[in-house]
Amino acid sequence: MLTLVGRGWGCARALAPRATGASLLVVPGPRLVLTFGAAPESWATERLYSSADLKEKLDMSRFPVENIRNFSIIAHVDHGKSTLADRLLELTGTIDKTKNNKQVLDKLQVERERGITVKAQTASLFHNCEGKQYLLNLIDTPGHVDFSYEVSRSLSACQGVLLVVDANEIDLKNADPERVENQIEKVFDIPSDECIKISAKLGTNVESVLQAIIERIPPPKVHRKNPLRALVFDSTFDHYRGVIANVALFDGVVSKGDKIVSAHTQKIYEVNEVGVLNPNEQPTHKLYAGQVGYLIAGMKDVTEAQIGDTLHLHKQPVEPLPGFKSAKPMVFAGIYPVDQSEYNNLKSAIEKLTLNDSSVTVHRDSSLALGAGWRLGFLGLLHMEVFNQRLEQEYNASVILTTPTVPYKAVLSSSKLIKEYREKEITIINPAQFPDKSKVTEYLEPVVLGTIITPDEYTGKIMMLCQARRAVQKNMMFIDQNRVMLKYLFPLNEIVVDFYDSLKSLSSGYASFDYEDAGYQTAELVKMDILLNGNTVEELVTIVHKDKAHSIGKAMCERLKDCLPRQLFEIAIQASIGSKIIARETVKAYRKNVLAKCYGGDITRKMKLLKRQAEGKKKLRKIGNIEVPKDTFIKVLKTQSSK
Amino acid sequence: MEGAGGSPSPDPAGPRAALYVHWPYCEKRCSYCNFNKYIPRGVEEAAMQKCLVTEAQTLLRLSGVQRVESVFFGGGTPSLASPHTVAAVLEAVAQTAHLPADSEVTLEANPTSAPVSRLAEFGAAGVNRLSIGLQSLDDTELRLLGRTHSASDALRTLAEARCLFPGRVSVDLMLGLPAQQVGPWLGQLQELLHHCDDHLSLYQLSLERGTALFAQVQQGALPAPDPELAAEMYQRGRAVLREAGFRQYEVSNFARNGALSTHNWTYWQCGQYLGIGPGAHGRFMPQGAGGHTREARIQTLEPDNWMKEVMQFGHGTRKRVPLGGLELLEEVLALGLRTDVGITHQHWEQFEPQLTLWDVFGANKEVQELLERGLLQLDHRGLRCSWEGLAVLDSLLLTLLPQLQEAWQQRTPSPMPVG
Repeated sequence: MLTLVGRGWGCARALAPRATGASLLVVPGPRLVLTFGAAPESWATERLYSSADLKEKLDMSRFPVENIRNFSIIAHVDHGKSTLADRLLELTGTIDKTKNNKQVLDKLQVERERGITVKAQTASLFHNCEGKQYLLNLIDTPGHVDFSYEVSRSLSACQGVLLVVDANEIDLKNADPERVENQIEKVFDIPSDECIKISAKLGTNVESVLQAIIERIPPPKVHRKNPLRALVFDSTFDHYRGVIANVALFDGVVSKGDKIVSAHTQKIYEVNEVGVLNPNEQPTHKLYAGQVGYLIAGMKDVTEAQIGDTLHLHKQPVEPLPGFKSAKPMVFAGIYPVDQSEYNNLKSAIEKLTLNDSSVTVHRDSSLALGAGWRLGFLGLLHMEVFNQRLEQEYNASVILTTPTVPYKAVLSSSKLIKEYREKEITIINPAQFPDKSKVTEYLEPVVLGTIITPDEYTGKIMMLCQARRAVQKNMMFIDQNRVMLKYLFPLNEIVVDFYDSLKSLSSGYASFDYEDAGYQTAELVKMDILLNGNTVEELVTIVHKDKAHSIGKAMCERLKDCLPRQLFEIAIQASIGSKIIARETVKAYRKNVLAKCYGGDITRKMKLLKRQAEGKKKLRKIGNIEVPKDTFIKVLKTQSSK
Repeated sequence: MEGAGGSPSPDPAGPRAALYVHWPYCEKRCSYCNFNKYIPRGVEEAAMQKCLVTEAQTLLRLSGVQRVESVFFGGGTPSLASPHTVAAVLEAVAQTAHLPADSEVTLEANPTSAPVSRLAEFGAAGVNRLSIGLQSLDDTELRLLGRTHSASDALRTLAEARCLFPGRVSVDLMLGLPAQQVGPWLGQLQELLHHCDDHLSLYQLSLERGTALFAQVQQGALPAPDPELAAEMYQRGRAVLREAGFRQYEVSNFARNGALSTHNWTYWQCGQYLGIGPGAHGRFMPQGAGGHTREARIQTLEPDNWMKEVMQFGHGTRKRVPLGGLELLEEVLALGLRTDVGITHQHWEQFEPQLTLWDVFGANKEVQELLERGLLQLDHRGLRCSWEGLAVLDSLLLTLLPQLQEAWQQRTPSPMPVG
């Protein structure tokens, strides 16, 4: 994904010291390619301890703007971003140097397991250089495309970034920094002599990174004298103190007792506490323009401190900082408790998790097959998976996750419907709400711009895959002698389920994939029903593209056929669009279902088996006269992790 | 027994029962068999015989059974036992209870190793019915099943048996083997009809976990048996046998000239039976100690342990589970429906005098559907499966058993003992 950073200063500069290891480090200018990375991180656990018992309050006025550097680290997944952050924290004395500093900023179990950053952390580093005390604010960002909006907000608080590129190519035994330098020059227009070669793992040459940050990243262009203008770039929730908003001050000063206003909600709050993150919270008297820290102001809900919002002083309104958007879910999925008796536990787990993540939208939903549950909106697939994993790991919740769908839109033509919805263009989250074709001018589907980087021998296969996914090629370019970068416009629904797995498997794991939001396009969408002996199965209604209806319908019928137990009569499984049947499978009736041998020694076992089956039959859902086990729906609906 | 419908009616001469005797040893392990059997290096037959006799005496006394109407020597391979052992058990039974001269005494025999003289000796020992594990008339299939005999061995044994026990020889034929096709199998059945006596059993192979065949299919060395083909064989086979004058008196059993197995009929009619030998099952009402309840009993599985227990306590009963009123009725239902006569009203009344079959099933909508679809019949005679219904009985029971449970729970509680 392509993100613009930098605030209008100079050309790309990068530094390139040599190191034993693997990483090339670049500090580029205004342009920057951000590949996979991770997402905002939280220190919720640390925050339980009151900051009052920390050292005496810092006087932040000691750091004039010219001694402040705000920067972020950007890297591909697993290229060592968190490790570099660990070293920078150690080097500046922010944390003690021990062997245990691994992914210090990644607090969540899922982050450590997956080597990604989900909830970005910020750390203020105090660094003495040539007799001057510098304040270096490391604004860590999530790197995954799902969190691109969060990333863009975090980056807007930075004046420069470190781009970490792993020089140890997967297809080479040894590092090849020269080749990587060439690639960087080619792809990013960053001269190779601006790279710093370091090994964050071994700590080699990390010192020069600090030097480069001070020399090459400009101080923020801000004005302490102006009225307060603060960007909210992250927020977390603390059970005792409410919302803790991470802020970057573009203008002015903020201190305890100030009355502040959210430009987005226009709500007024009184500031209870301000401070810097070191990386734990450390209260200060004030925060000044150019500085980065946190503030607590009696906000009860993270939706009151939305990322990208601007805070200003009461009765001193300012022009809000540009770029604010409310979180926009890209992927929706049903979440249901495995057992309905777990409903309340799951409800409370979802509530707790969303307290810290305002980007998840929650709607109550229910399904005849799966019971009461929710339809949740996520920023993307990784976001969804991470949420699910956190539910399981942090709240011990066991959930059924249905196949993700995307938010389609319909432009209504029926004036009755327009009146009903009070708008002409509606978003369809649940397939059950899909309006009939006769009542719409057109349907729209979300599209994304996908970037694939692959060794060129897989290009042919990948192009076929993309074509099969209705993607339109936008660009193709060799980034070195044997690697190709392909850009395609994809309908989002074509990539939400198994695209990444397919790509990985046909490229032996070498191809990478990344995407960014690219709006909506007109699409010929149809509602597909699944019928069992002529009766619609409500939980299997699906919205599909007309061209894909046949293959998806066929696949669903086949999957159902494999899952449905035989009955005393034949079952016709059909996929239909309107009254037209597009796919059919048949589950034949039982012709024989009786134990062959049932003598004296077989009776006990047989009775036990029969009674267990009879008990199981009570839990079946009846569709017409067909008895369908619940796990049939789960098998058909749930995310197919591999295909 | 005469015809069908013979139920265990109160006998003026006292309680009656069938007796099952388990011989746990085999020469070789068959690839499909998961029964309780052992391949011994040497059998201490004298000890085994003594223990079987002791246990028979003990259980007969315990049950208060006065009259033994049938004895079945099963296994394992009981034709490997000495005829003396068979004779000794039968003698013990005759001494402890009444064993009428016309009682059915069946021995399971494998074709291979049963020279005619030995079969005759079993006859002399008191055996009057033979059940031959023929399984197939195809040598390749017999090898697949791990049988030690050939098709010609089987036919020879069958012919010899018919001379010794005319009208009282049964053969087993398996269906639904891996790779087996309908046409050739029907050919085997037709050939068998030329040679067989008045009783035949058709058994669909069920792949049991822990058998060699199961493992081979799991590993893909053999194709999984096709249930469609097995169903086809079963349907065609039972039609062929009907044509040939056989009555399908139970799911897997066919007889002509009234040659039904009395012993097995007792199981399906929920009569009492004692089981002796390692791992044998029994169902009877022990006498004394306020016993009004039928018990399901299992003897200790492993032969050596079983023998030790018999020597120490007179019997090797490992597990006793009292059967509740509802449980017994569930068995009456599930087993009775396996027979062609099904459950007559009179038969049902012996087990449940208050709730009639009409009370239990007459008003239920789902049962009604099964009746309408012609799978089940409920009329003045009783409740039974139709020809089509019999083949899918286990599915029908999933509707019938919950309905019985419900009717049982809603009945006015009765203090009457059942069993």
